[in-house]
Amino acid sequence: MFIADIRIKLKKGVADPEGKNTMKALELLGFYEVVAVDTSKFFSVKLDTQDESEARTQVEKMCQNLLANPVINEYSYDIRTVEGA
Amino acid sequence: MKLEDLKICILRIEGTNCEDESFQAFKRLGANPEMVHLKQLTGQDVLETEKRDLMDFHILMIPGGFSSGDYVRAGAIWAARMKSKLSAPLTEFVREGRAVLGVCNGFQVLVEMGFLPGLNGIMSSVPDAVLATNESSRFECRPTLLKYENNYTSIFTQKLKSGQILLIPSAHAEGKLLFPPEKAEKIYQQLEDNDQIVFKYVDPDGEYAGYPWNPNGSPHNIAGICNPAGNVLGMMPHPERVFHRFTHPDWTRGFGTDIGDGRVIFESVLEHVCKKF
Repeated sequence: MFIADIRIKLKKGVADPEGKNTMKALELLGFYEVVAVDTSKFFSVKLDTQDESEARTQVEKMCQNLLANPVINEYSYDIRTVEGA
Repeated sequence: MKLEDLKICILRIEGTNCEDESFQAFKRLGANPEMVHLKQLTGQDVLETEKRDLMDFHILMIPGGFSSGDYVRAGAIWAARMKSKLSAPLTEFVREGRAVLGVCNGFQVLVEMGFLPGLNGIMSSVPDAVLATNESSRFECRPTLLKYENNYTSIFTQKLKSGQILLIPSAHAEGKLLFPPEKAEKIYQQLEDNDQIVFKYVDPDGEYAGYPWNPNGSPHNIAGICNPAGNVLGMMPHPERVFHRFTHPDWTRGFGTDIGDGRVIFESVLEHVCKKF
């Protein structure tokens, strides 16, 4: 079994209104040291396979077909082994 | 074909919330709409009598709402479910020139499915555009003014006058239409050249204006686009919410009519499809 930790980020140059808004709120709370906030999405996907390269292929497809929109997103992932079900 | 024989599929899944107004808009004009759950088209987990064939319909409407809780991205889950089971019939539906209307969440679904902007064939395998989070990072809900920019490519706007301004409410958090940054301007030009831009946000003077007249920060103020053939329209504002004059915000000031600004979109497509089939 594998767990894929998938992170979906906004591409460089794509506006991140959520990050900007969060930064504003953090400043209001007194965190004056904050200079940038970027938001991203994180998915942890468990796969029932013994073959790591197969898992990798699957995760790549998942990102392309659903989890990321190539127009604004870029994705990265780490795959790790886990025991049992 | 007679109006009463025109069949309209008002598609819904969990989280759709504009199907009633959409249904009534077509019904009140004398057509024959039916609310159809996605499962009825895919044939999964439904009775034999509940199964429907997409090709029995002439118009497909994907109404607004928060399908599947807007998880992953607005419209992404619905698009994935349609793509997995209905790619072939949907492509055929569009190729035959039948009409597809996506409003709000429906527009997001059409973009995520690759039907809009439709610059590389009927359906692209990955999305060519996205409806991104509003510039304000908030849900923007208010009447918006739309200028009719199309040169009659779209079959949904044949009864509009060139440059006409409609008051149609917007209600969305992800409505900023973006294309890949490296070729965005080229795509805008292509949309212009193909006459695919249908509506743009304007201010009361009819000028292109920024926030709040453009509720989401969409570049070039784009509110709605169609495919190159004109039979697929996606728009963020809700025409079904202003079918009647009395649902306009200034209804007490009266205009001696019960015709709301959104009605013409439904009239146009019904007239077109009646003639075609």
